[in-house]
Amino acid sequence: MRDLTLNTSAQMQKRHRKETRFKWYGRIAILLSLAFLVFMFAAILLRGMSAFQQTKIGLDISFNEQVIDPAGTRDPGDMARANYKPLISAGLAEVFPEVTERREKNQLYKLISNGGMFELGQMVVENPELIGTKQTIWLSASSEADLFMKGKIDAKVEEELRRFKDRDIAWFNTLKDQGKIKKKFNTTFFKSGDSREPEMAGILGAAFGSFFSLLVCFVISFPLGILTAVYLEEFAKKNRITDLIEVNINNLAAVPSIVFGLLGLSIFLNFFNLPRSTPLVGGIVLALMTLPTIIIASRSILRSVPQNIRDAALGLGASKTQTTFHHVVPLAMPGMLTGTILGMARALGETAPLLMIGMVAFIVDIPKGITDVATSLPVQIFLWADSPEKGFVERTSAAIIVLLVFLVLMNLFAVYLRRRMERRW
Amino acid sequence: MNSHFDASVDLNLRHAKRSTQLKELAIKSVLIASSLVAILTTIGIVLSLSFEAFRFFGKIPFFDFLFGLDWSPQTAIRSDQVGSSGAFGVVPLLTGTMLISFIAMVVATPLGLYSAVYLAEYAKPKTRNWVKPMLELLAGIPTVVYGFFAALVVAPIIRSMGSGVGFEISSESAMAAGLVMGIMLIPFISSLSDDVINAVPQALRDASYGMGATQAETITKVVLPAATPGIMGSLLLAISRAIGETMIVVMAAGLAAKLSLNPFEAVTTMTVQIVTLLTGDQEFDSAKTLAAFAIALYLLVLTLGLNIIALKIVDNYKKKYA
Repeated sequence: MRDLTLNTSAQMQKRHRKETRFKWYGRIAILLSLAFLVFMFAAILLRGMSAFQQTKIGLDISFNEQVIDPAGTRDPGDMARANYKPLISAGLAEVFPEVTERREKNQLYKLISNGGMFELGQMVVENPELIGTKQTIWLSASSEADLFMKGKIDAKVEEELRRFKDRDIAWFNTLKDQGKIKKKFNTTFFKSGDSREPEMAGILGAAFGSFFSLLVCFVISFPLGILTAVYLEEFAKKNRITDLIEVNINNLAAVPSIVFGLLGLSIFLNFFNLPRSTPLVGGIVLALMTLPTIIIASRSILRSVPQNIRDAALGLGASKTQTTFHHVVPLAMPGMLTGTILGMARALGETAPLLMIGMVAFIVDIPKGITDVATSLPVQIFLWADSPEKGFVERTSAAIIVLLVFLVLMNLFAVYLRRRMERRW
Repeated sequence: MNSHFDASVDLNLRHAKRSTQLKELAIKSVLIASSLVAILTTIGIVLSLSFEAFRFFGKIPFFDFLFGLDWSPQTAIRSDQVGSSGAFGVVPLLTGTMLISFIAMVVATPLGLYSAVYLAEYAKPKTRNWVKPMLELLAGIPTVVYGFFAALVVAPIIRSMGSGVGFEISSESAMAAGLVMGIMLIPFISSLSDDVINAVPQALRDASYGMGATQAETITKVVLPAATPGIMGSLLLAISRAIGETMIVVMAAGLAAKLSLNPFEAVTTMTVQIVTLLTGDQEFDSAKTLAAFAIALYLLVLTLGLNIIALKIVDNYKKKYA
């Protein structure tokens, strides 16, 4: 009925078309934004999933005692340091007896990762019984062979333009036909530190670096943030100094993160001489950065605690601090913890300030404490993204997936805490 | 007869009161001390930046830095060569920063504003409850991820589109960095604008409907004009974000300090130069490393200035309808 009366004139119809169009602009804007989100996730997932598998080549290796441990001492150090290259070459020679020329042999050997020797050494150290036996061992393929296996090297491209030559492809296919090539779950990626060889590189070192930095960040920013919020909400009188602190905190939240890195560089590294490239300094810088977020979140939580709780405690004779710390703060704690976790999730993704304090370096060892040289997950992503090696593309995407998984977990934990513990007043 | 007893109780009470007071005082000092950390951080930032920047201006004249049109700090380390002083004009960095921020805002403003209008005025509560967190997800993704995406996915797409129409585009371009940064900024604009639009009193809308206006007419002619100051504030905050953003531009924008407004060329920004100047080997006294602090000081002044203005505008706006 309404439509009939309204749509009588041409002008009304025009106005209504305009209305529909306007509504659609809004829908399209939201859809475009979300489509971009989906597109980005899809692009990264597509590129990264393959990195969770690693191509392995199975060779019959005879663990010759003469090569591994000629003295027969079974000393783990000696066994790890032995030269396993001849064993791998012998294993390859069994499959390809026709390859005899030195240069060809070297080329053939390049199908196996440079890290293959270390993998063998590791196996022997863990299980010295292997010595003197002959076993089929699955060694990591080189990055090129791995990329070929995953279909990321196009055999139709001119031979000069690819590093994986026709001959390599022929050898690879021979191995494949004999069932000596398999894709296995890439444990190296989760168990080792950085490496120049994509197939040997892992994120464990970076993950530990991130963990230690966040630990330092939490230990500093959580108490400081909460105490500041408590002071500003519960104790501070409304005067110029309080105003100054408030304005200051709001503005600190807007300072570009890279500036915090410069603060860390000139004050903590150059002035206090704290050790460079360590999670200790990284954590301090991240703490100063997340502090405003935690304070702002905690204040709004404290504000939501009803006044009658304070009145009741004061009425029973509790002092101001007793009221605050025995009643108000415990009630606000879950909310403040939620805010802190969200702040930490932000800190986990920060890269720029860490670049400034030297947490950007090629570090193979896995850090054991807050004063060991380290990188962090996002910095590792940045370093790998910059690497010319093609094999790092999928590993960069995989590292991003891992980082995003951690972020999602932290956010879910925050949501869980909020749902579970928060009270409605 | 009880005078002795009374006195002791009195003494005890006074003692207890005193110790409580002391404790309260101690706790209060701890509280004050921790809230001073935020102030100290600000002082630390300002002092450390200006201290190094002043040392820089001892070597390079202030006006050469502020108005110089040439940026080539690399020459400064080879003291035996001609032009050994290097050139430290910040103008090309500023134009690069502004170009990328402009592209980002061109992307983010319509998407963010239309999203905010739809969410605030049209969307059902149910839709709003899941769309809003999804949009805010965009702000939660680490910028290094955006940078990787810009360099690896967006830049090649732009490049192949360019060569499709016979147009050479370098692999690092202001366009790729700006587009991706724009997406990152959407939630900054949409969230704050959404709040601002919601703060417009319902009475204004009702009056407009009463006059026979459609919903779209009400929004464009009544709600948005009323919300303009707040929306301006949210845009300024987004610009300040864009200027200070580092990882996306480091990974996707390039290093060439050219005075150019061509979005398909590689440009460099202030943050990119800070990173390049300070991540190599560094001697702490060279003009080259000190220059990074001068740029950072400039950056801080720009972003803080924008931020203070924006907060002021939003504050005034909120007071108007509160």
